[in-house]
Amino acid sequence: MVELCPNCQKEVESGPYRICPSCNYYFPLTVQQRIALFADPGSFVEMATEMKSMNPISLAGYEDKLKENEKKSSLSDAVSIGSCSIENQPVIVGIMSFAFMGGSMGSVVGEKITQAMLEGALRGEPVILFTASGGARMQEGIFSLMQMAKTASAAALMEETRTPLFLVLTNPTTGGVTASFAMLGDVILAEPGAVIGFAGPRVIEGTIGQKLPEGFQRSEFQLKKGFIDALVERASLRSTLSFLIKTHTKGGAVYA
Amino acid sequence: MHEEQKPELEQTLDQIETLAKNHETREGASSWECVLRSRQQGRPGAKLFIDLICDSFMEMHGDRLYGDDPAMIGGVGLVEGRAITFIGNRKGANLKENVLCNYGMSNPEGYRKALRLAKQAEKFGRPIVCFIDTPGAYPGLGAEERGIGEAIAQNLKVFSTLKTPILCFIIGEGGSGGALGIGVGDKLYMLEHAVYSVITPEGFASILLRDPSKAKEAAEAMKMTSYHLKEFSVIHDIIAEGSAQETAMRIKQTILRDLDVLCSKPAEHLVRYRIKKIRGIGEVSGGKEWWQPLLEVFKKTQSLS
Repeated sequence: MVELCPNCQKEVESGPYRICPSCNYYFPLTVQQRIALFADPGSFVEMATEMKSMNPISLAGYEDKLKENEKKSSLSDAVSIGSCSIENQPVIVGIMSFAFMGGSMGSVVGEKITQAMLEGALRGEPVILFTASGGARMQEGIFSLMQMAKTASAAALMEETRTPLFLVLTNPTTGGVTASFAMLGDVILAEPGAVIGFAGPRVIEGTIGQKLPEGFQRSEFQLKKGFIDALVERASLRSTLSFLIKTHTKGGAVYA
Repeated sequence: MHEEQKPELEQTLDQIETLAKNHETREGASSWECVLRSRQQGRPGAKLFIDLICDSFMEMHGDRLYGDDPAMIGGVGLVEGRAITFIGNRKGANLKENVLCNYGMSNPEGYRKALRLAKQAEKFGRPIVCFIDTPGAYPGLGAEERGIGEAIAQNLKVFSTLKTPILCFIIGEGGSGGALGIGVGDKLYMLEHAVYSVITPEGFASILLRDPSKAKEAAEAMKMTSYHLKEFSVIHDIIAEGSAQETAMRIKQTILRDLDVLCSKPAEHLVRYRIKKIRGIGEVSGGKEWWQPLLEVFKKTQSLS
């Protein structure tokens, strides 16, 4: 399929990994495309499919906005969670979708991420979260802010139960998601070229009154600054995650 | 753009002066009035409250990693014979101090200093009192380079399971993640004219209403006052404001009353209750019961079972 690369503006074939052959831009993946990259075929079972957003601060227009996004994205909210296996090792996964209201974290996203993390802690299975988010969902006011505390406290419980938490940051991961569970993984991976940061680039430019340097807040920059463990290309996602699962069991990997 | 905003700014300054003269506004205060009051120059800040509440206080500096952030004050105080760790956002009491304190906007070092002092408090079984008063974490180049997101995230995580009582007071502006970074605790109070929100009304107006001049409407729509947050059960109670001295005494009474109760409980009960409270915040439809699974998770931990 030939499509326009939003980064280099060329007509390209993005191939099975959905990467621009001309500029290495990573096209956003649908949840199904993402799962197909790393999970054993047919192993994914979605959880919490009935959960939907409410309008906790009774904000005019929010319900319409939700309906519009459901229709546009064919998703019920900005994260899908479930169980699957990777090379026969059971895991819990959460995959965020920027396509639904910019991947913003409201009550549903916070609750589903928390549920995924605690389910992992209960089953003793690693949890892998793929982030893509502009930050907190302002339409839910203070309730969206509190989801940061909620997901972070779930990470604390994962720590207490010695459950592995792996993050894969994709483009973009900013705001309240960065300032909560996205930065709390035992291992934090990122896709090449992803924007990762707390404040958005325009806000920072407004503060300092100048343009940001080239590559600022990209995953390569965050790698250099020490905030992520490694970059992960889509072709090696499955093998990388499988290696992490093997090496993060209690007592480490045991090879026969 | 700055030219266009000037009349707005003058109007705002006028409003602040009117408000300063009008101390009796209570429940009647509109959301926007609260926003203005919470930001008012000369409003009592963390440093003043610490001085008024403590019999003696020693400030402690630095995050032991990079530097000391003047926008975050921390240290140990004695209150009627009880040792308490105090942590607070600091805006400064005058323009010179405002600049020194970066108007209360912390860099990562501020949050890491807070974390260091909080862990020190836990080690010595000292309760923690946090005073929140910030427009938000600093959105600057250095803050990003040194991981402001990571710093806040760590605080949220560690504070949620810290085995010592934590009392949080929003005394002015409770701005977003920067406020939450020292805002996870057992009890959360707000001064009556303080505000707490996910973004400033100005930001909300420009992003969601696509009109920066609608900050006043945004403030109403966001439901960010102490009365709204009490209704949402996000905060435990509202503390009435009087003179700085009167307000400080009310805060002090609240601290001593709560610590009498909280310090007598086993630390793991405290943490379980704290997590339960956090776990329950949010409104969804079609969710499942979460209390039983949470109890099961507690059982799987060493320290909370």
